[in-house]
Amino acid sequence: MNAPTYNFAYLDEQTKRMIRRAILKAIAIPGYQVPFASREMPMPYGWGTGGVQVTAAILGPIDKLKVIDQGSDDTTNAISIRKFFEKTAGVAVTTSTGDATVIQTRHRIPEATLQAHQVLVYQVPIPEPLRFLEPRETETRRMHALAEYGLMHVKLYEDIARFGHIATSYAYPVKVNARYVMDPSPTPKFDNPKMDNCAALQLFGAGREKRIYAIPPYTSVVSLDFEDHPFEPYKHKACCALCNAEDSYLDEIVTDNKGSRMFVCSDTDYCETRQSQGHRGSENAAPYAESANA
Amino acid sequence: MLDVTANSGHRAAPVPASDEPLLVAANLGKSYGRLAACRDVSFELYSGEVLAIVGESGSGKSTLLQILSGQLASTTGSVAYRMRDGVTRDLATMGEAERRFLFRTDWGFVHQDPAMGLRMAVSAGANVGERLMAVGHNHYGKIRDTASSWLERVEISPERIDDAPRTYSGGMRQRLQIARNLVTEPRLVFMDEPTGGLDVSVQARLLDMMRTLVSELGLSAIVVTHDLAVARLLSHRVMVMQGGRVIETGLTDQVLDDPREPYTQLLVSSILPA
Repeated sequence: MNAPTYNFAYLDEQTKRMIRRAILKAIAIPGYQVPFASREMPMPYGWGTGGVQVTAAILGPIDKLKVIDQGSDDTTNAISIRKFFEKTAGVAVTTSTGDATVIQTRHRIPEATLQAHQVLVYQVPIPEPLRFLEPRETETRRMHALAEYGLMHVKLYEDIARFGHIATSYAYPVKVNARYVMDPSPTPKFDNPKMDNCAALQLFGAGREKRIYAIPPYTSVVSLDFEDHPFEPYKHKACCALCNAEDSYLDEIVTDNKGSRMFVCSDTDYCETRQSQGHRGSENAAPYAESANA
Repeated sequence: MLDVTANSGHRAAPVPASDEPLLVAANLGKSYGRLAACRDVSFELYSGEVLAIVGESGSGKSTLLQILSGQLASTTGSVAYRMRDGVTRDLATMGEAERRFLFRTDWGFVHQDPAMGLRMAVSAGANVGERLMAVGHNHYGKIRDTASSWLERVEISPERIDDAPRTYSGGMRQRLQIARNLVTEPRLVFMDEPTGGLDVSVQARLLDMMRTLVSELGLSAIVVTHDLAVARLLSHRVMVMQGGRVIETGLTDQVLDDPREPYTQLLVSSILPA
């Protein structure tokens, strides 16, 4: 009978206003981490409470929402967040990157180029790029304020000294708008170039750490590197076993106990779109082959 | 270049680039309520000069060093520093960004405890290279070469460039800390008990190395120490502090061999004969 009734998109209007103010400030200062009064959400920390709050604050009734987790539309995290907004906001949901107006993501940027009318919302576990080098939050804030980023290169130096190349493969530090060094959330560094000069607005929400930051459309995002060890996006030397794509980020899937493995697109929507266009990979049988035999 | 000091046993201050003092402290004082940690300290430091501040613990030496290096605001008085462009400026009027920049380029600060001055978890090479990267050096190979040549200068085998200072001995850590500070070729180095906590043979080696570096690079230094032997070996001038005041100041040999104040006489005579 008395089923709980929620405000549109779960959060109350005052909370949304508070989050929107933080978002506006974040957009005004690209890459700067704006503190906000993060709320408890009906999901555990680490499951995207920051991203969900940002999405809730920007979502309108006519929006079309897509949620991905490591590029995939059909993992637990993605499905539960999608259902959450279907239930609390009643918005239309989609798995197609092109159709969506708001895309909430955990650790991937879709392969399809984002458009100006789209907003990409990242779930961020640790927003502070300097955290593991300088544990004092007071000190890192001062370093951001004074643009003292020598320490970030110390991390990259350590990588080269130990492994012979920059071994950081995700959460690769970037400099936004030639000012703030930012952690792009644990996206693979393959995705870093997509952030640069992107047409879509990119918002980052960290729920546990209570920070929001943003990259406005068409903002320069430069991955940090050394002159003699330039930034290189990493990718497996293979093509997708299902759609034969050569330009997408691949997941490695172990298929048995004998060391066999296959590589497939991490972005499921991209892969499915390509398959429906008739692209076939090595592991993908011809369509309806079984039913033809039967 | 004419170098008359190279093979002689005596040290002499290199010819100063300018007649103006490098650092001027005027009427410095710091009080915590009614407790005066340091009162009415004035002196001038010229480039190439090494000044030792000696005194027992609690005499205000370290407080003074922190004020001089801009880490602590003084209650009274001012510190002026002649910048690389030749303009002498009051530290208090500088912005924080400028002061911090000065601190990691033109100055060095050697802590008593190397763990405070080093990043213990990152390699020695990165420790030395950090200052270079902080001022915008962006070439891994060059940074590494510089780091390795500095390790050699402080008598650490370049083979250990990729080891973390955690794995170093106390003496090596202290030498690494010195290399890390000197890599940007500062003109002024502050040292807070640089030989504290090291055993005697390691102390001797460290002092010897510091003496060489100071004269080679024409560094100015302010060394806080309670060890008169350190003052005698390193410094040109000595300032004796007691209860927050400077009670005696003068040339090192003059003060240590012929102390005027009763307290200094006591301090000098309290050294155990070797």
